[in-house]
Amino acid sequence: MRVVEKTQLMSATEIERTLQRLAHEIVEKSGGTANLALIGIRRRGVPLAQRIARAMHGIENLEVPVGTLDITLYRDDLSKIASQPVLHSSEIAFPMDDKDVLLVDDVLYTGRTARAAMNGLFDLGRPSRVRMVVLIDRGHRELPIEASFVGRSVQTSDREIVEVRLQETDKEERVMLVERVE
Amino acid sequence: MAERLRDLLSIEELTAEQIAFLLDESKPFQEFQRYPLKKLATLRGKTVGLAFFEASTRTRISFATAASRLGADTMNLQAESSSLKKGESLLDTARTLDAMKPDCIVMRHSSSGAADFVARHLEIPVINAGDGTHEHPTQALLDALTIRDRRGTMENLNITIIGDILHSRVARSNLHLLGKFGCRFTLCGPPMWLPREFECLGKHVRRSSRIEEALEGADVVIVLRVQQERLHEPALPLDEYILLYQLTPQRLKIARPDALVLHPGPMIRGLEIDPAVADGPQSCILEQVTNGLAVRMAVLFVMVATGSEAEDARGSAHAAH
Repeated sequence: MRVVEKTQLMSATEIERTLQRLAHEIVEKSGGTANLALIGIRRRGVPLAQRIARAMHGIENLEVPVGTLDITLYRDDLSKIASQPVLHSSEIAFPMDDKDVLLVDDVLYTGRTARAAMNGLFDLGRPSRVRMVVLIDRGHRELPIEASFVGRSVQTSDREIVEVRLQETDKEERVMLVERVE
Repeated sequence: MAERLRDLLSIEELTAEQIAFLLDESKPFQEFQRYPLKKLATLRGKTVGLAFFEASTRTRISFATAASRLGADTMNLQAESSSLKKGESLLDTARTLDAMKPDCIVMRHSSSGAADFVARHLEIPVINAGDGTHEHPTQALLDALTIRDRRGTMENLNITIIGDILHSRVARSNLHLLGKFGCRFTLCGPPMWLPREFECLGKHVRRSSRIEEALEGADVVIVLRVQQERLHEPALPLDEYILLYQLTPQRLKIARPDALVLHPGPMIRGLEIDPAVADGPQSCILEQVTNGLAVRMAVLFVMVATGSEAEDARGSAHAAH
């Protein structure tokens, strides 16, 4: 599959400012912060969750625990992929019961990843609330899933792919809109 | 990226990369055994055929639990079942099971090569749970995982295996697996159970009939069961075996102070192993069992979860055989 870069949606500075703004929004719209927990969906949700936690610490000295979740075992499309997916451990060091969970991912698209993530979360306990935090919402939902905290909403077509590149995972930092070509 | 596994018939034909991949895939399943809710939907709707032509409790339960925790259903063929006694051939039994459309077959049989034979005739993946005296791949994988976890590595270690090496598929699979990672082996037991040909299985394989000599410098000691059901008459009186080859605390001191003690099970306390060793801090026996579940979940996941509806997936899976 070949891709062609179309436009840059966010620069490194814009990403950082957006994460700061999201951290403030979360604190503002959470009622209380005592039971908050951030869970990053592997892969790119993880560094995003860690950065949001650091930003929240910078706001009110809040200590919000961060966990990581690998959703491979909960995907609904495993039979359709030919390759052998590499599993990673999920690391959630705190109990899930009664936690006010913020699921973090880079892009919200069909909503299937979020559904798989919730399946994984609920295997670990009963959170009191689950809300979603995403850097980019690109529309095209196939399930009734919404994000409560969105960095940017972007109109996209099916041929396009939103590529989020982060220092921690890609050694560069920007959000690109790319298109599949035949 | 490791080459896609079609069947798991032997360790000998796997590359070191494929083995490392399977061990890494087992790690999330180790975590999983600690979850409050041990039930996934990953293999929901899939069926795992358990064809145990030879009696087994622990391996069968381990595979059945692994399948069930992944959300799969199982089909259960057991050794005592009447169709085998009525004289049905292995191939007919396998084809009968296959006609009920399982997604894979996990097979144990008393003849070496039986799993390979069945794999050549069926399209679905076959997982060897022990074939005669040939191999027991998942046992070697769980042993390697246990060693790697406890020691930080499974490379370049001194491995001593004690017991009836001649008839042991566990010994062979372990030799192949750890041999691919640079380990050195000392095989120890009564001379009639230590064929010279084993020294051809690797660059660093030696034999010794004296346990004191065999344990020197060992990083890992694997104790095998005395398999009385394999012998037509006891070739060595059990009292003598105990005297010469039982792993006692005093003998274990000859090995390195942090040496690990492994046993594929079931163990006979007081026969091949002193209870103090079996229950002591160097023993990994119970961890092996837990790791066995993780390894078998990983193997079932890798072989069954993906590809059934993918365009370029299977085709004639066993043409290479």
